[in-house]
Amino acid sequence: MSQQSPASQHNGDNPVYPTVNYLNADRGVKSWLLTLDHKRIAVMYFVSVLVMFLVGGIFAMAVRLELLTPGPTIMGANTYNRMFTLHGVVMIFMFMIPAIPGVFGNFCMPLMLGAKDVAFPKLNLLSLYLYWTGSILAISAIVGGGLDTGWTFYPPYSTSTPMTAFPALLGVFILGFSSILTGLNFIVTIHTLRAPGLTWMRMQLFVWAIYATSIIQVLATPVIGLTVMLVGIEKVAGFGLFDATKGGDPVLFQHFFWFYSHPAVYIMVLPSMGVVSDAVAAFARKNVFGYKMIAYSSLGIAFVGFFAWGHHMFVSGQSPFDNGAFAVISMFVGVFTAIKVFNWVGTLYRGAILVSAPFLYICGFLFFVVFGGMTGIAVATVSLDVHWHDTYFVVAHFHFIMVGAVIMGFLIAIHYWFPKMFGRKYHEGWGMVAASFIILGFIATFIPQFLAGNAGMPRRYYMYPERFQALNVASTAGASLLAIGFVIIAIYLIYALLRGEIAGDNPWNSKGIEWLTTSPPDKHNFPKPIVVTQDPHSYQQPGEEVEHVVI
Amino acid sequence: MRELMRQLLWLPPQASTFAWPVDRLHYFVITVTMVASILTGLLAFYFFFKYRARRADQSTPLVLPSVKFEIAVIGVPLFFFLLWFVQGFQDYIWYTTPPKNTMDVYVMAKKWMWKFAYAEGGPNAIGTLHVPANRPVRLLMTSRDVLHSFYVPDFRIKQDVLPGRYTETWFEATKPGRYQIFCAEYCGTWHSQMWGEVVVMSGQDFDTWMVEQKAGLAERVDTGGDDGGNMRGSIVEYGKKIAMSEGCLRCHSLDGQPHIGPTWLDLYQRRETLENGESIIADEAYLTDSMIDPRGKVVKGFKPVMPTYKGRLAAPEAAALVEFIKSLRSTSLENLPSKEATYEPAKPSQPTQRR
Repeated sequence: MSQQSPASQHNGDNPVYPTVNYLNADRGVKSWLLTLDHKRIAVMYFVSVLVMFLVGGIFAMAVRLELLTPGPTIMGANTYNRMFTLHGVVMIFMFMIPAIPGVFGNFCMPLMLGAKDVAFPKLNLLSLYLYWTGSILAISAIVGGGLDTGWTFYPPYSTSTPMTAFPALLGVFILGFSSILTGLNFIVTIHTLRAPGLTWMRMQLFVWAIYATSIIQVLATPVIGLTVMLVGIEKVAGFGLFDATKGGDPVLFQHFFWFYSHPAVYIMVLPSMGVVSDAVAAFARKNVFGYKMIAYSSLGIAFVGFFAWGHHMFVSGQSPFDNGAFAVISMFVGVFTAIKVFNWVGTLYRGAILVSAPFLYICGFLFFVVFGGMTGIAVATVSLDVHWHDTYFVVAHFHFIMVGAVIMGFLIAIHYWFPKMFGRKYHEGWGMVAASFIILGFIATFIPQFLAGNAGMPRRYYMYPERFQALNVASTAGASLLAIGFVIIAIYLIYALLRGEIAGDNPWNSKGIEWLTTSPPDKHNFPKPIVVTQDPHSYQQPGEEVEHVVI
Repeated sequence: MRELMRQLLWLPPQASTFAWPVDRLHYFVITVTMVASILTGLLAFYFFFKYRARRADQSTPLVLPSVKFEIAVIGVPLFFFLLWFVQGFQDYIWYTTPPKNTMDVYVMAKKWMWKFAYAEGGPNAIGTLHVPANRPVRLLMTSRDVLHSFYVPDFRIKQDVLPGRYTETWFEATKPGRYQIFCAEYCGTWHSQMWGEVVVMSGQDFDTWMVEQKAGLAERVDTGGDDGGNMRGSIVEYGKKIAMSEGCLRCHSLDGQPHIGPTWLDLYQRRETLENGESIIADEAYLTDSMIDPRGKVVKGFKPVMPTYKGRLAAPEAAALVEFIKSLRSTSLENLPSKEATYEPAKPSQPTQRR
C-alpha cells in the first residue's frame, strides 16, 4: 500500500491534510519494518490481512466454481480437498482472527484511550512478525505438502494422511502466539493507559469488545497451539494420543480443538460487534441505547463461550447428557447476542442517520447477525442438529456469522476509519453501490446453502447428487456478485488513497475520542494530553437542552 | 401445510418415525428465525428513512432503556430458546434410546465404503442395507480407519463412526423405498463418494428376501471383502465356532454355572460392578473391549487372568462372538436384576476390560 501522501496540495477550503503525520514522519523501508508505532503496525496488518483475504477469496471462488456441476468441473478431488483446506485455514487463522484486532484494534484502540501507543510496542511488532512467519510457513506447507485435512485437522485422518502436516501445524501454532501476544498487550494497555477521566464506564464500546476478545485470546489460544502440536508430534513420532489402535481417543482431539475453536468464533465476531456499536452511535448521531448492557454482554459472551464447545460434537459419540448440557449453555450465548441486537436497533430510534455505505452495512449486519445467530440456536437444538450436523446448513450458518457479521464489521470499520487512517475520503456513491452488491450477493450465496443443508448435502463434498445442483449454481452466482462487490471496493479505496478528497480531521462529526486528533494522526497521536469529561458516544451538544426519553 | 413447508425448505421426504418430530420443531424454529431477522433488518431500514439526518450537526434526544425493556430483551429470546431446547432435547433422548426389540445390524465403515452384517445371519453386504419397514433397526457401527459419519437424510439420522469404538444409532423406516446414505465426516479423497443405500422393504418382502439370501449363501462362498470371506450362514453360529476354537468356553459357561470367568448367559446388557467400584453395562463395546484388553475393566469378584485376544481375533470374529453372547438368553429375558452375585467363582477369575 502506498503510504505517503504529498502534503496538502489540496489546500483551499476547510479540510486540511496535516503536513506531518505518522505516514510521512519517517521515511524508508526500515522505518516501517522496525517501527514501534501502533498505527504503522496497524497499516502493515491492514495490507497483510487484505492480501490474505484476497488469497482466501480466490480459494473460495475455486471451490464454488468446482461445485457448479455435480461431477468434476475444474479440478480433481485431491485438489478440491486442498482448496477448501486452504480457504478455511487462510480465512480463519490469517484473516479473520487478526483482521479487526490487528488493524483497527491496533490503530484505534490506543487513540480511543487517549494513549500514545500500546503498553508494549516492541511486543506489538513481534506479534506482527510472528503473524508473518506463521502465515508464510502454513501456506507454503499446505501448498507444497498438499495438506487436505480441512481446517479442523481431525485425527486419525490428519495423522494418517500421507500429506505433510507438521509444518502447517507449526505455522498455526506460531499464529496462535501472535494472537496471544496481541491479546496480552491490549489487556495491559486498556488497564494502564487510559487517559485521565476515562473511567471504565466511559470507554467506547469498541474498546470493551477488544478487551473481551483479548481475554479469550489469552485464555483459549494456548489450547489450540498445544493441540495442533500434539497432532504434529503424533504424526511425526507416532505417540498414539488420538490413535485408537494405540489406546488413544480421536474424540479427545475434538474436545481440545473446540475448546479453542468455539471461543475463537467470538475472537472473530466480538471485535466486529464492537465496531458496530461504535459505528451505530456515530452514524445515528446518538448515544448508545443500553451502553452497559452492550459492554457487559461482551464479557458475558466471552465467559459463556468457554463452556459451549461440546455443541460441535452432538453426533461424535459424546454422551446424550453432555449434549443437553452444552445445548443449554449455548442458548445463553444467543441471549447475550440478542441483547446487543436490541440495543443497536434501539440506538437508531430517533437518531439523525447519515446516509452512507457504512450505514447500509449496518443494516445488513443486523439482518445477518440475527439470522446467523438464530440458526446457531437452531443447530444447538440437539434433535435438529442430528440432521444438520456436517451439512451445508452448518456451512451457511457459520458463514452468516463469519462473513455476514465479521466481514460486514470489517467493512464498516474500513469505511468509517479510512479517513482517520489516511486522511482522505472514499466515494460515497460507489461505496453504496458496492454495499448493495455485497449484501445481495451474500444473501444469494448463503441462503441456497441453508437449503442444500436441509436437503441433506454434506459439507466438504467434491461430487454430489444431481438434485443439489440448482442450489449450488445459485450459490456460485451469488458468490460472483460478492466478488464484484469486493473488486469495486478495492478500486475506489485505492483511488481514494491516491487522489481522494481531503477528509479533514473529523468528516463524520463523530464524538469518538480517536477523532480528537488530526486525520491522519500525528506520530505521537495527540498534540496535547486528552482529558475525558463526557460519557462515551454522547451526541448531545454541551449546554443544549436535552430531551430525555425512556422506553 | 406440512407438505408445503417441507418443500419450501427443500427437506427430503420424511421416511422414518424420527423425521416428523424433527421437522415439526424445524418449522417452528426457522419461522421464528425468519420473522425475527427480517423484522430487525426492516426496522433498521425503516429507521434509516424515518430518522435521516437533516443537518450535519443535528442533535438527538437521549434515549435510554427502562428496566422493563431490559427484562423483556432478555426474557423473550430466553423463553423461545429454552422452549426449543426442551422440545429438542426430549426428541433427542427418544432418538438416542433404541427400543428393546431392535433388529441389529453391524456397520463397518472404511475408506470409502459401508459394509453391513446382519446379527441374525444373512448376507454380508457392501453399500446396500436392506431393512424391513415399521420395525426398529439398530446399527452398531465401527470404523476400520478414520472417522466417518453415517447419515441418511430421509430418516434425519446421523452418527459418527469411530475407530476402536462402537457407536450406535437406530431408526424405524416408515415407507418402503430406497434412501441414500452419505458419509458426513470428512475422510479423504473420495469422502464425497462414500455413498450407500438403505432399501426399505415391507416386513413380508423382507422376510422372504432374507430367506432367499440365506439359501443362496449356503451355496456360494461369500465374497464380502478382505475380512469377511469366511462369514457364512448365521453370524451367531460363526461366533459359537470361534468360542470353541479359541478356548473361550474353558473359562466362560453358557448356562449360568459359575466358572473362572463370568457366565455368558444373560451377560449382554447386564449391569456389572467393577473392581474399582465403577458400574458398567455389558454392551457390545464392553464385550469387544474385554476381548482385546481383558485386564482393563475386571468385574468385581473375578481375577484378571484372561489373556488378551488382540491380534488373534479379526473384527468380524469379535463381532460374531459378541452376537453369540447376545444370543444366550435365559427364558426370563432381561429385567432380572443383575446376577453377578450368583457367580461365586469356584476359582477366582475374571471378566475384564477397560474403558
